[in-house]
Amino acid sequence: MIQQEIHEILAATFPEAILGATLEGVHDPSVQVAPDHIVEVARFLRDDDRFQFDTLMCLSGMDFTGGKLGVVYHLHSIAKSHKLTLKIEVPVEDPRCQSVESVWKTANWHEREAYDLIGVVFDGHPDLRRILLPYDWDGHPLRKDYQVPEFYNGMKVPY
Amino acid sequence: MGLLDQKFDNSNIIITTMDDLLNWARLSSLWGMQFGLACCAIEMMATGASHYDLDRFGTFFRGSPRQSDVMIVAGTVTLKMASRIKTLYDQMAEPRYVISMGSCSNCGGPYWEHGYHVLKGVDRVVPVDVYVPGCPPRPEALMEGLLKLQEKIRTESRVKKRSA
Repeated sequence: MIQQEIHEILAATFPEAILGATLEGVHDPSVQVAPDHIVEVARFLRDDDRFQFDTLMCLSGMDFTGGKLGVVYHLHSIAKSHKLTLKIEVPVEDPRCQSVESVWKTANWHEREAYDLIGVVFDGHPDLRRILLPYDWDGHPLRKDYQVPEFYNGMKVPY
Repeated sequence: MGLLDQKFDNSNIIITTMDDLLNWARLSSLWGMQFGLACCAIEMMATGASHYDLDRFGTFFRGSPRQSDVMIVAGTVTLKMASRIKTLYDQMAEPRYVISMGSCSNCGGPYWEHGYHVLKGVDRVVPVDVYVPGCPPRPEALMEGLLKLQEKIRTESRVKKRSA
């Protein structure tokens, strides 16, 4: 199924959750979803026989700059052999969205990574801890405005 | 026995100093600590394996810092790992030595500018005896580093009183 059709079905099924779509251009076609509706859209895409998105290939935290953080979901259906990209945007002051860990278990560590490095908070995640950096680390280093600290536990960080 | 083989008459006695004897023994059995941090560790493993064969220098890797004489820091030292390396170094019995292998552990390597998580040189947490340059260094380079360390040990004195 092409992404145009998927978007039309999604927009008809979830009129308040689908905020738009970018289907043209060099990028992968993507559908913009409201951050507090991502779980129901994700579960629908997984369970509906027309889509069967059984695989979450990748979940990425993003800093879109201009006060916007976001999450990008790359879905793939092994059964149907089609792909879809979902995007959500959250404000940097309150970067909360729903966890899709209950839909795809893959999301567990991916969401921890996005939380660790970008600082997106996933409500409903069973174990939202830092996954790469030490637990006592301050801040989220892949944000564009991140300042490298002078010292970490007495060790000088800059060259 | 190589150099000494059938070279003596009846009185097979050698005169030497305690330092020379002890240092010869120490530098001929430098046991390394078996741990690696990144791609340099692959080169270190290759150096230890049969083709390059570190065993002929008396170096082979031990699983415990208590049994190790030399720590080869092979790879990127992240800030998270740095405190562990310090702990492992403290657990080694003296006299102990550190070889910093590769650009990352020498000075941060490719992470020197944007590596928020990388310690810019392992010498910021433990004293380093020999720096081996390269990214990663070839096995020959690591072996030269070990030979340099042997040269250093050869000139040390464990038995002389230290001046106050």
